Amino acid sequence: MTEIVLSPAPPSPEAIESAWRRVQLARHPQRPRTLALAALIFDDFAELHGDRSFRDDPAIVGGPALLDGRPVMLIGHQKGNDTESNIFRNFGSPHPEGFRKAQRLMRLADKLGMPVVTFLDTAGAFPGPAAEERGQAEAIASSIKLMTGLQVPIVVVIVGEGGSGGALAIGVGDEVLALENSTYSVISPEGCAAILWRAPEAAPTAAAAMRMTAADQLELGVVDGIIEEPGEGAHADHAATAVAVKRAILASLGRITRLDTEALLTTRYARLRGIGLIRETEIPSRPRLEQPSLRRRIGRLLRLPGIPRRPRWSEIWPSGDDGNDNSEEGA
Amino acid sequence: MPIKFPFSRRREVPTEAWTKCPTCESQIFNRQLERNLRVCPTCGHHFRMGIGERIELLLDDASFIEHDAGLESGDPLAFHDQKPYTDRLAAARTKTGLREAAVWGTGTIDGQRVAIGLFDFRFMGGSMGSVVGEKLARCFEFALVERTPAIVVSASGGARMQEGTLSLLQLAKTTAPLTRLDAAGIPFISVLTDPTTGGVLASFASLGDVILAEPKALIGFAGARVASGTVGEELPEGFQSAESLLEHGFVDDVVPRAELRSTLSRLLRLLPVAPAEDAWQAGGETRGWGPIGVLSGIAERLGTAVSETIGIEVEVPAGEEPDAARERANGEDR
Repeated sequence: MTEIVLSPAPPSPEAIESAWRRVQLARHPQRPRTLALAALIFDDFAELHGDRSFRDDPAIVGGPALLDGRPVMLIGHQKGNDTESNIFRNFGSPHPEGFRKAQRLMRLADKLGMPVVTFLDTAGAFPGPAAEERGQAEAIASSIKLMTGLQVPIVVVIVGEGGSGGALAIGVGDEVLALENSTYSVISPEGCAAILWRAPEAAPTAAAAMRMTAADQLELGVVDGIIEEPGEGAHADHAATAVAVKRAILASLGRITRLDTEALLTTRYARLRGIGLIRETEIPSRPRLEQPSLRRRIGRLLRLPGIPRRPRWSEIWPSGDDGNDNSEEGA
Repeated sequence: MPIKFPFSRRREVPTEAWTKCPTCESQIFNRQLERNLRVCPTCGHHFRMGIGERIELLLDDASFIEHDAGLESGDPLAFHDQKPYTDRLAAARTKTGLREAAVWGTGTIDGQRVAIGLFDFRFMGGSMGSVVGEKLARCFEFALVERTPAIVVSASGGARMQEGTLSLLQLAKTTAPLTRLDAAGIPFISVLTDPTTGGVLASFASLGDVILAEPKALIGFAGARVASGTVGEELPEGFQSAESLLEHGFVDDVVPRAELRSTLSRLLRLLPVAPAEDAWQAGGETRGWGPIGVLSGIAERLGTAVSETIGIEVEVPAGEEPDAARERANGEDR
């Protein structure tokens, strides 16, 4: 990717307003969810339940589906559309068993040679004590790893919120598409505001600074294509949205399924390897410390003046005294 | 509060020479702390360790060679919170003497060669952006090509927010090579130190074939501020500790710093790199040491090979002269 030569400046009020409007649309209570889209897009869909080790997580749904007569494996986050269903679905924030169910379904798809289609719509993986206890981080990590090596095509569609690791856990694909008003971010704007601005009310500013809208993500190369939403947005017309999503998935599968397994995996690897902005500066790697002469070695041993001691790594990169400061946090 | 006498020797010792242990509150002389591997001699509290001291702790003397030292972060989002990302990077560089939050290189542990990645939490919370992800991916790819075990010593708050989703995708970028290490039979040992949270724990750090942790290290998915902000409840004390993870089956062992090097050395001996596939076949019963065995070994190394009873057809990778390919294969055999 090319580097942006803008000088860093705080986001303008217009940028903040526009980014925040998209965030609101992505979170719209009437936005079509995975199951609603599944009913409109697929000829048939059989939901399968459970991770075979702990329980069924209603925040992730999945199962085999027929797309224009061809079997695919659908996996997606599931939010509710009212308070009661949202509580049941944990607002679409999965626990580890949700990701383990997704892994189980991906392995089944791999076994039967079915393409995988995933729908991303979560504020993030649930960060509560129970999730920690059952290995939230491990569940996400192993899910990502499984997807990097899956021998079937994977199409990812960000339909609502693409929230951090909880989204990426089912979001590694050969093509990543995003609905026009969806978002994708490393942390929720509220979380980012709390950490970097130390003020939760800075969430709209954080949303603009993180460039989390679908258009921004396309520019950054994280997303490969944008699916246009009808009229005011997906919430206003579920049927038209489903038609657009279906067309995009079919086109995408058409492109990917042409590759044989080896080419598919090589391309997927290259796609992931290329993400990010790095600069290779001129500084060469530190040369290997050569075996010093006998004179030098004796000189060092006796600490004679004029014989420089070879620097120790602990002098080059010393430990600091701010040992217990946790103020700088990542996501 | 030490009593100061006007002519006592104590006056010569500057106050910075002492560190207060946050656990037992005893005052430790800094040089003593260094000599004791930054572990409190009274209560065993493990202070955080910089990359330099970690290298000296784990690797054979003067065996470490840094790779890709010149990699530097850009500012892909032109990110600006309370101050610009570029300013934060510059401040972190000045503070730590590092160019980025992680370093990777090669070295030996009791003569056993490893590819090793190390984090410093003081560099922007050890957060993983494009460059940290790139360094780790290169570390794993080196391990893959050279068939050496890989080790990563993590200390990170997670993905670097200032690079947005580009940081998030580093979770996948660092994980993808691990799938290849699996296929190639190369072990990866993950060492978790205080603190390892967020995106780093939710990617390669949780995927070690063996996962070790330092005593009392904070290890968890959600940082305290993220958790209390989202769920509105504080996590119980000690919930995200290394000991708790051991109890729940997410780490293999909690290893005190003084034993870390010997533990790693032992594990490297017990978990050797699998023999390369062609070596297996060349030495196996089905294929002898005769010319046919060697030739078909070459053929297999080159990828697709059609072997007939008489003569062997070798398919050459695209863009490579047949002679050159054969020469390369022969050269590797010797």
